[in-house]
Amino acid sequence: MVQALPEVTNCLATPSRRWRLGAWIALLLAPGLAIMTVFVAAPLLSSFRYAFYEFHGVLPSAFIGFANFHDILFDSTYAVSTWRALAHNAIVFASLMIVQNGLAYLIAFALLKALPGHRLHQVIIFLPVMLSAVIVGFLWKLFFHPLFGLVNAALALVGIQGLPWLGTESTALGAIIFTNAWHWVGFPALIFLAGMQRISRETIEAARIDGASDTVLMTRIIWPLVAPSATIVVILTFIGSFNWFELPYIMAGATGSPGGATDVLGLFFYRTAFGSASSGLQDFGHGSALAVLMFLFIAIVSALALRVLRAREIET
Amino acid sequence: MAGMKFGRRALAALTGLTLASGIAAAQAGEVTFWTWRQEDRAVYTDLFAEFTKANPGITVKFEAFPNENYNTIVTTALAGGKGGDVLHARAYGGLEAMAKAGYYLPLDKTNVPELANLPDDANASESLRADGKVYAVSLAGQTLGLIVNQDVLAAAGVTMASDWDGFLGMCKALKAKGITPIANGTATPWMDAIFATVFTNPFVGPAWTADMLAGKTTFSDPKFIGALAKLLDLKDCMPNGFTGVDYPTSQQLFSAGKAAIFVGGSFEIAPFRRGNPKLNLDFVAPPAPAIGQPSHVSRFFDSGFAVNAKSANPADALKLVRWMATKAFAEPAAAKLGNISSLKDVAAADPLLAKVAKLNETAMPYSTLVYFRFEAPTGTDLLQDGVQKMFGGSATPAEVGAAITAGLSKWYKPFQK
Repeated sequence: MVQALPEVTNCLATPSRRWRLGAWIALLLAPGLAIMTVFVAAPLLSSFRYAFYEFHGVLPSAFIGFANFHDILFDSTYAVSTWRALAHNAIVFASLMIVQNGLAYLIAFALLKALPGHRLHQVIIFLPVMLSAVIVGFLWKLFFHPLFGLVNAALALVGIQGLPWLGTESTALGAIIFTNAWHWVGFPALIFLAGMQRISRETIEAARIDGASDTVLMTRIIWPLVAPSATIVVILTFIGSFNWFELPYIMAGATGSPGGATDVLGLFFYRTAFGSASSGLQDFGHGSALAVLMFLFIAIVSALALRVLRAREIET
Repeated sequence: MAGMKFGRRALAALTGLTLASGIAAAQAGEVTFWTWRQEDRAVYTDLFAEFTKANPGITVKFEAFPNENYNTIVTTALAGGKGGDVLHARAYGGLEAMAKAGYYLPLDKTNVPELANLPDDANASESLRADGKVYAVSLAGQTLGLIVNQDVLAAAGVTMASDWDGFLGMCKALKAKGITPIANGTATPWMDAIFATVFTNPFVGPAWTADMLAGKTTFSDPKFIGALAKLLDLKDCMPNGFTGVDYPTSQQLFSAGKAAIFVGGSFEIAPFRRGNPKLNLDFVAPPAPAIGQPSHVSRFFDSGFAVNAKSANPADALKLVRWMATKAFAEPAAAKLGNISSLKDVAAADPLLAKVAKLNETAMPYSTLVYFRFEAPTGTDLLQDGVQKMFGGSATPAEVGAAITAGLSKWYKPFQK
């Protein structure tokens, strides 16, 4: 390293060499930058612009200021769906935090104990994460099928008559949340496990010698020490829950069937902007306004949550 | 230096390619046809060969795109001044977005005299409400009613009932023999709107519909609410767990002979026959409210052919669309696609479709599609949402009727009085 320094200094010695190095860096960055500009920045910026326009058909017609935002939040044509979808997203977040991430924490703790076969279990638990959401959605849609689904067939074996899980308003959202938890539980489990493995063995052994049970170890010793992992898990779950789209779209359709019981912001945005199977009406103005609101909400809450959770990490 | 030379060559090659593709797109004598009906490629290819025989020097290139992305693809292409010369167009509200944006060439008796071959309601389905101009030649009419597996009924020793009470009795008899009377579930929303329309139309009748369209009454009217409530009588006729039974499952139940009746459109007949050629099908009107009272199937027009307003080859594109409004296209197209042509003088060759065409003589409109699918919230969305809630037990028929009226009042002027 010490020997390399003169070479680097030599390389940047003249303005022409510095220019060439800069050109090389620019050249290497250009493809990535171009892709990000065309496929991320440009659509995002055009979405911001469209949100302020009225659309006649598929073309923006007149600049209407914040009217689309007002409609999305306060006009009953849109607002009923907006607030209902937001409430469902919040339920999804809370449920996933408890069911998916709670279970993931327990699994991580069990894996930390390195019981016989723990490596195999680690693979099994992470396996569904590698499947596409489309495959998982179709698979569990079949499992929940009221006529030939695996779930009801299993319940019938113990004398219980199953429900049409995805066709009943009170169970449809829960069924999709369960599917999401099945699909993703391995991911937070792995993050928690990585966090737990960074805790020094002495700390855990000292707690054990002091007579700490598994419950005490999990709640009083390990939990504060995996705060950085918890921060990542909470933020990713929040973003995933409020951007939720693939699973509800595959399992409940663009309308959030039945009767809007599974409607979430992602679905509402999709059918507003691109039209549902039955209406075919495309409304990029209101759709863009909703997308902008979703983006701002997720960005602001994530940033605030990150500050709070990071402060907690420092305290612990 | 070498890099600069390479850059110039690449630029020259790119310019050459662009010009070549531009020339190809504008090539006289070739018309590009865009559609979402990939499954009909063979039929259209044969038909277009006939067009070329009749119009030497003009060939038609068939290009299909996925149905679910068709609107987005066409919109993007047309906004950029590209796209097919002739475009398969949606009807009613689906047409408006494209026509309003000026993407389709207006058609009239001067550029397409063959529009006279189509009935007024077919032309209306491809017209813009704002200017009353026609923008596409309507392809086919679709009829909603009951598709019946006659062999299943015969095996059960049951005959098709034509009145409501008889129909419920027939359902009971079929169930007693272990047969699901109606294949439909309610998990697929767009099918719920069809299901509700099929059974409620005979109860409300044409006079009520005319009054409702004029704003003299609304969907909150006891007559409509009573008709909606009748749907709940059908719960026992549907598959177990019907709220979780979706459209593909319903089709499978019917195709496999597990269910006797499929509530749907005439557009289902050809796929059912393709799926199971042994099916002995009948198509009947839904049950009348009582013996001696009339029943009605429901009807709408479902697509058409438009000319791209920025076509590089408008003369040939118009020739193709004019030909599509004649018997030379419509007759074989209807026979091969299993449709009922929108043209006045084209008779259905298939006996079952001929029966459907006969039922059309007393058909009522599929109102939420024909009249209420132009702005948000659409009548179809409101109806299907309400039907799901009603079957799920979270809304009463009166609440559904009130929600449809309130939603449509946002934009349907006769309801704003």
